[in-house]
Formats: sequence, C-alpha cells, structure tokens
Amino acid sequence: MSDALIEIKGLHARAGDAEILRGVDLVIRAGEVHAIMGPNGSGKSTLAGVLAGRPAFEVTRGQVLFDGKDLLGLAPEERARAGLFLAFQYPVEIPGVGNNYFMKAALNAIRTHRGQEPLDAMEFLALAREKAKLVEMPEDLMARSVNEGFSGGEKKRNEVLQMLLLEPRFAVLDETDSGLDIDALRTVAGGVNALRGPGRALLVITHYQRLLDYIVPDFVHVLSEGRIVHSGGKELAHELEARGYGWLEKEPPPGGARA
Amino acid sequence: MSSATDLERLTSREYQYGFSTDIEEDRIPKGLSEETVRLISQKKQEPEWLLAFRLKAYRRFVELLAEEREPTWAMVDYPKIDYQEMYYYAAPRQKAGPASLEEVDPELLRTYAKLGIPLQEQKILAGVQEQKILAGVAVDAVFDSVSVATTYKKELEKHGIVFCSFSEAVQRRPELVEKWLGSVVPYSDNFFATLNSAVFSDGSFVYVPKGVRCPMELSTYFRINATETGQFERTLIVADAGSYVSYLEGCTAPKRDENQLHAAVVELVALDDAEIKYSTVQNWYPGDKDGKGGIYNFVTKRGRCLGRRSKISWTQVETGSAITWKYPSCILQGDDSIGAFYSVALTNHRQQADTGTKMIHIGRNTKSTIVSKGIAAGQGRQAYRGLVKIGPKAHGARNHSQCDSLLIGDRCSAHTFPYLEVKNAGATVEHEATTSKIGEDQLFYCRQRGLSEEDAVSMIVNGFCKEVLRELPMEFAVEAQNLLGLSLEGAVG
Repeated sequence: MSDALIEIKGLHARAGDAEILRGVDLVIRAGEVHAIMGPNGSGKSTLAGVLAGRPAFEVTRGQVLFDGKDLLGLAPEERARAGLFLAFQYPVEIPGVGNNYFMKAALNAIRTHRGQEPLDAMEFLALAREKAKLVEMPEDLMARSVNEGFSGGEKKRNEVLQMLLLEPRFAVLDETDSGLDIDALRTVAGGVNALRGPGRALLVITHYQRLLDYIVPDFVHVLSEGRIVHSGGKELAHELEARGYGWLEKEPPPGGARA
Repeated sequence: MSSATDLERLTSREYQYGFSTDIEEDRIPKGLSEETVRLISQKKQEPEWLLAFRLKAYRRFVELLAEEREPTWAMVDYPKIDYQEMYYYAAPRQKAGPASLEEVDPELLRTYAKLGIPLQEQKILAGVQEQKILAGVAVDAVFDSVSVATTYKKELEKHGIVFCSFSEAVQRRPELVEKWLGSVVPYSDNFFATLNSAVFSDGSFVYVPKGVRCPMELSTYFRINATETGQFERTLIVADAGSYVSYLEGCTAPKRDENQLHAAVVELVALDDAEIKYSTVQNWYPGDKDGKGGIYNFVTKRGRCLGRRSKISWTQVETGSAITWKYPSCILQGDDSIGAFYSVALTNHRQQADTGTKMIHIGRNTKSTIVSKGIAAGQGRQAYRGLVKIGPKAHGARNHSQCDSLLIGDRCSAHTFPYLEVKNAGATVEHEATTSKIGEDQLFYCRQRGLSEEDAVSMIVNGFCKEVLRELPMEFAVEAQNLLGLSLEGAVG
C-alpha cells in the first residue's frame, strides 16, 4: 500500500532460543494511532524492541518497511535518525550525563541527519522549556543526570519529553502507562496527543484500556503468542477490559489484521 | 551483530601522537655507571652538593640492584629491565639554554605545534588567537632529557614567581633547590625514585612566594623522542605561605616497538595556608593492540602539606602508557591540612595500570578525599591501590574514599586494594567501592535517540568520570574529555 508509513510482513523474531514473534502482520498509515494489547508474554515488548533494533532480538523471518524502505537492515541510530522513536518501558539511568546535554546531543544528531543546523545551547534550552511544559516536567529534572534518581512517573515524562523534542514520524510507546497514577497518566497522554498529526503515526503498547481513554486509537490489535489474533476499532479495548483475553482464543479471528 | 564484537571494535584505536622528530642529538654512552652520573652532572655544571646527592643515590641504586629489590608487589607483568641497555641522557643539539624563544630550533617548535602545544607566547594585542588550547598558559617544554623552552617567564617574574627548567633553577636559585630537593621524596625512597635521584636530567621548578596567587596555569609538557632512552625528570614545586598555584603536566611519545622507561619524581611542598593543584593528563604511547611497545610509566609523586591549613590536590587522567605504576600521595603534616586525589585511569588492549594514592595523616583535623574512577576495556587490567594512614596524633582526622570501576567488554578486569592503618580512635575513615559494566541497555538507549555507538560510549564514560574531570582546570577538561573519547574510539570511520 503506497501510503503505509510502517508495513510489517510475516515478522518472526527470537530472543536466545525462544521464538517470540511468530508472524506479525500490520500496516500503519501516516496520521493513524494503533494500539497493541495482549496478555503478558504475548510479545508486545519484543515487537517494540525489534522495530527499534534492540540487539538482544534476532529477526528470523519477515520484513518491515518504513516509508517503503527496509528498516531491519538499519542500525538503531539510523532508524532513530530516519524518524523512529521508542519510548522505553524501563528507561535507563546514565550517571553523570546531564539530561539537557543528552537531549541536545540526540536532537542535534537527528537535525544534522535531516540537513538542519544543530541548535546551540540557548536555542535548545528555549525549545526544551517549551516542550517540558507540555508534560509538566520540572526544570531541575532537566539539569540532573539522565533518569538518575527519577521516580517511575518522572522517567515516563522524560521519555515523552524526548519524543516531543525529537518529533519522530513514527513513535512506539512501550507500556508508557505502567507505574503512573491517574493525574500523571493524563499529563503524559496530553504530551503524546500533542505529537499527533497527519504526518505521524503512533503505536501504543499497553496492558490496560485505561491509557486508551486518553490516547484514543484508530485501531486496536490483540497480540497473542507472537501473532495478531484480533483487530478492531477503539471499542475493542473496552470489550477486552470487560471480557479479558480468554474469549479470543475460543473464537476464530475475524480475518486477522488489516491487509 | 553481537554486542561483544561491537565493543571490541569500539575500543580499538589509533594513537595520535606517534610520530617522531628527526633531530640531531647529543647522547652520553649507553649504560649506567658512576661515570654516567658524573657526566650528567657535568653537562649541567652542577654544584658539588648536587653531585653528592646524585652519587649517594647511585650507590644506593647499585645496592638495590644487587639485592634484586625492584618492586614486584604491583599487579603488573613485564620482562626484566636491563638498566645497562638504555641511554640515560639524550638532548637535541642546540645552544646551551636558549636565551629566548627565537633561538629554539624550529624543528622543535614544529614538533610542539603538531602536538598542539604553543611555544609562542600569545600576543594579546594581535587580536587573533591561533592557539586553540593552552592559550594563556605558561609552558615548560621538556624534550627527552632537557627543557627546550619555557614561556611567560618574564610575566611570572613580575610576581616574583620562579618557573623554569630544573637545570636553570639549580643555577639561579640553588638555595631553594638545595633546601627542598629530596625533602618529600628522599633519594632512598624506593627503587625507581632512587634511580631518578641518580640520573635525573631535567624537569620543572616552581616557586611561588608568600601571599602570591599565580595569575596563570603553569604546565610542563613532556615529550620522549629519542630511541632506547629513558626519561628521568624531576619536578619540584614550592608554594610559600598563603600562595596558590595550579600546575598541569601532559606527556606523549612516538610509537615504537621497544618499551621505554619513564621514571619521574615529583615533589610538592605547601607551607601555611598555601594551595597546590596538580593535574596530569598522561598520554604516553600505550603500545599497540597486541601489547607491543609503549612506555613504562614508573613514577613517584608526593606532596607534603607542611604548613597549617595547607592544601594539595592531585587530579590525574591516565590514558596512556603500556604500564602505569604511580601513587600520587599527600603527607598531611600541618594541622587542618587537606589532601585530595581525583583519578581517572583507562586501560585498553593490553595496557596495565596499578595506580592509587597514599594519604598519610599526621596533623590534627587533617582531611583527605580520594575519588578513583577506573575504566577497563579490551584486555586491559587495572588495580586501584590506596593507603590511608592515620597517625596517633591525628585527632579528628577524616578520610573519604570512593573507588568505582567501569568494565567495557568481558576480557578486562579491575581490582581494588584499599589499605587502612588507623592509630587514632577519633578518626573517621570511609571507603566505598563499586564495579559496573557499561550496559548494553545504556548503549541501546543512546543509539535509539540517534547517537552513534562511539558517541554513546564516550558520553557514558565521560559521565562516569565527571566527578574527576570537573576538578581539572577548564582548559584541560575539554582536552581530557576528548582524550577519553579518542582512547575508546574505533578505527572505523
């Protein structure tokens, strides 16, 4: 399909000896928000990791196209520079590296790739402050070491802040809602919604329907045992919340994922 | 694409300063004898007392050699050194002690320019700053066995500060040299210090008079160029009461397949309320990736806080040398004196480093801080070895030690040997140590944000060393950061 931003075809991947993805098919167009739900161990985070190029996973079969070009042959940093962003489920701490310094280096690496002038410190700070407001990120966290000593909620805000700064065309949010209270969830979702637009697409991975009340998806998919077993509109999330995942294993999938 | 091979590729590197300078040299014959010692002393037209100091040391060294007392306790391996198989004095042939910079051999000026060390004093009115680094810093340039130039001498003299080569100090201020030489590191201190005391050929001398705050950074740049030659320099810094000086040394050497010995002695003396900040960025040739060649850096550095409320801090960034054996120390003699040791040691390929410090608390309420950051990559091996000694009269003494190691890859190792000797019950001594591996997760996180692997490793390593790097004078902190990055940079473009 010509207007597909991301096209995943028959994707198989493993971690060590364990096969985790067993034929994922999914098409995401620019402007769309897709949600992936599924029980623990169904392969949600593996899918996020494979798309971003995490070295722990090995793709054994299948293909992913980003803007019609092969994605899987690219190094993680090349994918990032091409406009792919992953909001980590467990953001890592980098002691001694200032959060501002880190974000500026990342933004300038990406700007340089896009053929834009790198921002100087003043320009960067102005931009970072503006974006930080969207996720209510306190200024002192910007000056601290990357994620060091941040609470769970602060780490997630920091992920979304980085996403807003880097302005990816395709962002994968891996359980960005986990560990957030309802106020923080609303704030983080507000930040994510600020990025929605006709040129971009989001893939929201979540365990709970709660997040999808705030980031309303166009499509919801259920991942089970490494495959998408069911797809539907936003109401599917509510149905899953009410009925759990068990019924899907009994009923045949209605035609699988959209082709 | 496995992470282990990625890291391996990242940690292979090229040494930037490996060129050598083709220059006519004046050498004295190979080998060590009483004659060698007398020849060196004669070349420098030294007074009788200095020759006597050298000869005492020489006789002691002969005994130590006969008793096979070369230290073996450090965690380093190297083939036995034949002390008769090297040259003890090699100097570029030029007029004895050039009177001004214009008289320095242009080949030498070119060498230092190539190393990024300007020997032209900056012309402030010219409006053009050609020198990127070290602008406005006074430099003493030591080439093999002699000092070839010292900048900003006149400017410093206005403040009464003596900054010159050691040889020149012996001529100009013999009373100061005689008073303080060997007062911190006696000639009999240890095997390599004894050798140095016998054959040292040059180095830097600094005297800062009472109440003077030195208006610029002072530095010495050591360059080994001659083949099969040892470099034995001696640095002596005396900060008189209430004075302050910040001093930095840098070092490089050509790439050679043979190992070369660098056995220096540095003595610092701080009188009442004086402060000396001593920083080192050590980048001697580390040998190739298989461990061939490189400098043996066997150095004795010690500061004596003689006066009350005096302060000495050592900051070192050690990225070079095949083997490093070095323990910059503080003797905290004056009451309320303060000692500090901030260190980053990086070993890659087959480099070995056994480094640390000694904090000897003698006076009351003396304080010391130790922050050691070790980074091991490739098959590098390193040890932190530190002694904190609290004497019986050191009431209220305090020490805090922190030793962190970062491992890159899985073929390197890091070891910590803290020694504590506490003879005063009122003292407080704290020691913390951590070892971590550069995380696959950290690396991936950075790359997912668009940073290259090289930039990511460099960023993580620099973050790890931040507490030490921030102690460096501004001009050198940037250099040190670049050096740490370079030392881990892959050969691939």
